[in-house]
Amino acid sequence: MTALIEIEGLTKRFGSFTAVDHVSFSVARGEVVGFLGPNGAGKSTTMRMLAGFMPPTDGTARICGHDIVDSPVPAKRELGFLPEGAPTYPEMSVIDFLAFCARIRGFRGAEKDDRVATAMTRTQLEGVRLQPIETLSKGFKRRVGLAQALLHSPPVLVLDEPTDGLDPNQKHEVRELIREMAPDKAIIISTHILEEVAAVCTRAIVIARGRVLADSTPAALVADGRSMDDVFRSLTLGEAA
Amino acid sequence: MKAAMIVARREFAAYFATPVATVFIVIFLVLTGALTFTLGGFFTRGQADLIPFFSFVPWLFLFLVPALTMRLWAEERRLGTIELLLTLPITPGQAVVGKFLAAWAFCAVALALTFPLWITINVLGQPDNGVVLTGYLGCLLVAGAYLAIGTAISALTRNQVIAFVLAVAACFLFAAAGSPVVTEFLSANLPVMADVARGLSVNERFAGFTRGVISARDFIFFASFIAFWLFLNAVILEHKKAD
Repeated sequence: MTALIEIEGLTKRFGSFTAVDHVSFSVARGEVVGFLGPNGAGKSTTMRMLAGFMPPTDGTARICGHDIVDSPVPAKRELGFLPEGAPTYPEMSVIDFLAFCARIRGFRGAEKDDRVATAMTRTQLEGVRLQPIETLSKGFKRRVGLAQALLHSPPVLVLDEPTDGLDPNQKHEVRELIREMAPDKAIIISTHILEEVAAVCTRAIVIARGRVLADSTPAALVADGRSMDDVFRSLTLGEAA
Repeated sequence: MKAAMIVARREFAAYFATPVATVFIVIFLVLTGALTFTLGGFFTRGQADLIPFFSFVPWLFLFLVPALTMRLWAEERRLGTIELLLTLPITPGQAVVGKFLAAWAFCAVALALTFPLWITINVLGQPDNGVVLTGYLGCLLVAGAYLAIGTAISALTRNQVIAFVLAVAACFLFAAAGSPVVTEFLSANLPVMADVARGLSVNERFAGFTRGVISARDFIFFASFIAFWLFLNAVILEHKKAD
């Protein structure tokens, strides 16, 4: 089993505040890791460091063997990243935006068009392909961000709250999509929705105050008969008390 | 360079997808036209050249170019798209060069649209078109210098007003450095600095171009000036991208 994502002692300090405190884990091909934790736990910060947006204060991570600090561009090539809130250029049309991302990722001509078309099909965006992104609803915007992350079929996907703001049907579709892609990728998704972890993830990592509190399968977390909610509360509140 | 060109292409299209392009170009043309014909005495001086036009362009760019650059990074921060752009497989340097080239090409379009002035002098007399051409080249280089300053300052803050005001102030410093007021003051008090100030003055360098002279020194000045600010921009971005 080869680990596509290896995180080693990743740490981020903002002044005296430690947002992420020596987080280490690795994710193998075929795994879907659910990243759980209360707001401000350090989920987004960890993901930003992994995506090469924030430089870590200490520690490092490797994506498909490429160090995110020493060789950021090769690492980013293997990665599909959905930033928190799925930011996109509002004045661009969906197809122009995806074509821009495809070009940056080195696709040209017919292959570029294929990639864009496939990404739009997978995220059900064909109907709005020529609309400016700013005119779309929240759910569509999120799917544009998702399409951008899937475009180059990367071996590693890091999705920050991929289902936030979607209606139940859309949530279902995104989960189906993740399940479908799971066998040949390493995926990390962050979420607040606990049932989502049980639905799509093969592994759950609970993080609070920058530290990993639990790392096991969703089934093992609730093995003692408690609900996911209770487990989450006792883990994340227990230590604060 | 390829990645920088792709970024530049997207940026350039973005100007025309929003009212920014129309507003900027219309205001630029109205102001250059008005100043050239009134204060510049375009007709009354009875000479077939564009000297009155060229004398106003750097001062207009002083205000208009920072208006163009203030949003370049500040807006990316506000929208969060900076996180998207910088997690694509490109270096911060490529993103900086891409944004700069797009803005520069946009300024070139605005300058090119002043062509009716050039037609007018050719109808009314026999101007030296070589001098006109070097004058335009000089304008483009001044625009490039101010753009490079403005873009770097835009990377410092997420507030567009602050980016604008600081960029105007910084550009003014380099515009006014060679003016008699500054150099005379420095000659009297700090003689060493007078030459330095004149050497760093964008307007002083530009003056040569309006006379039809392209000297290697002026050219190297603009090239290194732009390169310096772009480099600074990439460094700022690398350190402050997530702030």
